[in-house]
Amino acid sequence: MGAPASISRISPERGSVLSFLRQELRPKGKLLTTFNMISIPIMAATAVILFFRFSQGLGSVTNLNQEFPWGLWVGFDVITGVAFAGGAYVLTFMVYILRMEQYRPIIRATILNGFLAYIFYSIALLLDLGRPWNVINPIIGNSFGLSSVLFLVAWHFLLYITAEAIEFSPAIAEWLGLKRIHRVLTGLTIATVIFGITLSTLHQSGLGALFMMAKPKIHPLWYSEFIPLLFFVSSIFAGISMVLFEGGISHRVFHDRLTPEIKQSHDRIMTGLARIAGGVMFVYLFLSALNFLHGRLWQHIVSGWGLWYLAEVIGLVAMPMVLFVVGSAKNHKGMIRTAAVLSLLGIALNRLNISIIAFKWYAPVHYIPNVMEVVVTAGVICAEIWVFRWIVLRMPVLSASPAWARRQADVERERPNVKEVAA
Amino acid sequence: MERREFLKLVGALGATAVAGPERAEASATELEDSYGVLLDVSQCDGCRTCELACAETNGLPEPEYDEDTLDEIVRPTSETQWSVVNCFDTSAGDVYVKKQCMHCSTPACASACLTKALLKTEEGPVIWREDKCMGCRFCMLSCPFDVPKFEYDSANPRIQKCRMCWERQIEGEMPACVEECPSDAMVFGKRSELLEIARERIHQNPGDYVSHIYGEHEAGGTGWLYISPVPFEELGFRTDLGEKAYPEYVRPFLTTVPVVLIMWPAFLLALRQATGPVAEETVDADHTQQMEV
Ligand code: SF4
Ligand code: SF4
Repeated sequence: MGAPASISRISPERGSVLSFLRQELRPKGKLLTTFNMISIPIMAATAVILFFRFSQGLGSVTNLNQEFPWGLWVGFDVITGVAFAGGAYVLTFMVYILRMEQYRPIIRATILNGFLAYIFYSIALLLDLGRPWNVINPIIGNSFGLSSVLFLVAWHFLLYITAEAIEFSPAIAEWLGLKRIHRVLTGLTIATVIFGITLSTLHQSGLGALFMMAKPKIHPLWYSEFIPLLFFVSSIFAGISMVLFEGGISHRVFHDRLTPEIKQSHDRIMTGLARIAGGVMFVYLFLSALNFLHGRLWQHIVSGWGLWYLAEVIGLVAMPMVLFVVGSAKNHKGMIRTAAVLSLLGIALNRLNISIIAFKWYAPVHYIPNVMEVVVTAGVICAEIWVFRWIVLRMPVLSASPAWARRQADVERERPNVKEVAA
Repeated sequence: MERREFLKLVGALGATAVAGPERAEASATELEDSYGVLLDVSQCDGCRTCELACAETNGLPEPEYDEDTLDEIVRPTSETQWSVVNCFDTSAGDVYVKKQCMHCSTPACASACLTKALLKTEEGPVIWREDKCMGCRFCMLSCPFDVPKFEYDSANPRIQKCRMCWERQIEGEMPACVEECPSDAMVFGKRSELLEIARERIHQNPGDYVSHIYGEHEAGGTGWLYISPVPFEELGFRTDLGEKAYPEYVRPFLTTVPVVLIMWPAFLLALRQATGPVAEETVDADHTQQMEV
């Protein structure tokens, strides 16, 4: 490998590092947008609630109790959120492993989304920990609970966040004009992608495996020894649906920054992804059906819970599957978007059923999250969107990479062994 | 052996799966030698002396209750009361049963705990250690008996549950509740001996007991064992827990983990090579290998 000769710093035309940062830290765009007006009060309220949470204990702000140790913050923020963030590993798989180049334009935005989702959902998890200061125990190794699925999941989160940071890092290098570092970081991409996909496979299914020991507490329609497999497969279409849903919004909100490449390919990408999502949903339904027969679940189907289960599987999986397939065949954007929303609802419902709704279905008094728990959940999501926007408005995520980086990339892709050409 | 060494190389994550089953096997042989308690439900008068003894020994508040309605409600154990005696209206009239942590032989709670705050001690008690726990409450989710309780109203919350007076046991004393019981409803001893006593009592007094030792096989076997004159479902015991030790339910997943960790990267790399032009491949493969070593 020839080491690049040029030593690059912050591009000279941008002036000193400090003034560059100062300029970048300033808000860009209008302050009084609808989103800001809604999100600022929510985040302020979240801060107040968290103050009480840490000074008075979890009981002061949540409806959690001895019967229901896990509520909305785990069931939605972590377990559902991570499934939604599956798009990053699915798309890196398609682009870097299968080399489906047509999806490259949206890869950075997807990785960024996944990365931020993991960061913020990890924060949500920390908020839920009763003794967060001891979180270092399983990390620094003075107490490895090696037989614990949660141990595995926690470690995978950490490693995966690192992997996604590396996958995204070329964009930061481009933003700061660090040419040499850019080259090194880009070189790491394939290895991290492979590592990241492996970790994702394991922790997406690991989240399901968390519930394996809760067997007597989860309604038989939702408990199965195949939960880990079902969680993994459903995270694929959950991730794709999120990319479709979020991509549609980004496309509108950040329209000015989009590269012509993204604008042109947007429709093609949408129909392509919709087709894939439809296919994976078919596999998921097939596995669910096998599980249904294998577990003799029909005996539970004639009941309120049975209807609820059918609503989830037919209304929010089979139906969006059909919409995805028809929508992509007819190139009908509205249909694809509806399908994405329905399928996200289906995933959320499935995760919440297992973690909260059909959990202790026999309990006389059931846990229902209170307003404060909902506000904190919304606050975490708002904060995430703020950071996403901050980054997208500054770094080449949806916008084009600087010319030097593109030249570097082209060179890398076509003749990887060549000595430093771009500069 | 070789294989295990190899798997260990995969690192902390692979080790999860390797260490899990190993530990379970090791403890299975010692189980019969660990200590437990046999509670003969037919001997209990419902005087609740044990509740008081537990509170005193563990520095918990004295249990408060309304004497008049006490026998009509079923009080769960709580973060301030680790041991509770309840009255059940059964086919044989009022029957009193004390409940607390079952001190499972292969506890779900301890295998769930990612910090090893919960620990099955050699002596038999399953204990909780304050300096390790991070308050995730995964133990509460996993315990089939719903035993661990959490201090929701504290900024420095603890998991609270019966520890079978572990501190007393290593001093050579028996648990406070067993010692204080005026009707000798409980026997403290080695699990294997307790099982023998239980079988004998059932065998010699055929009409007085149902022919079942609760805890002998439930959830893989527990340290506390119960014999009773009425079927256990009438006493609020769950009889649908199965005989498998709960950590076994996670084992299939945990054993797949190292396999995926090894096979997946190789598979992905091969797939990438299969999809691309040859010239580019050699370089990328180089890259990857370098990175992973
Ligand atoms: S009863 Fe629950 S808390 Fe007690 S040892 Fe068994 S799994 Fe752990
Ligand atoms: S709450 Fe504490 S004791 Fe229970 S599983 Fe989590 S870390 Fe372990």
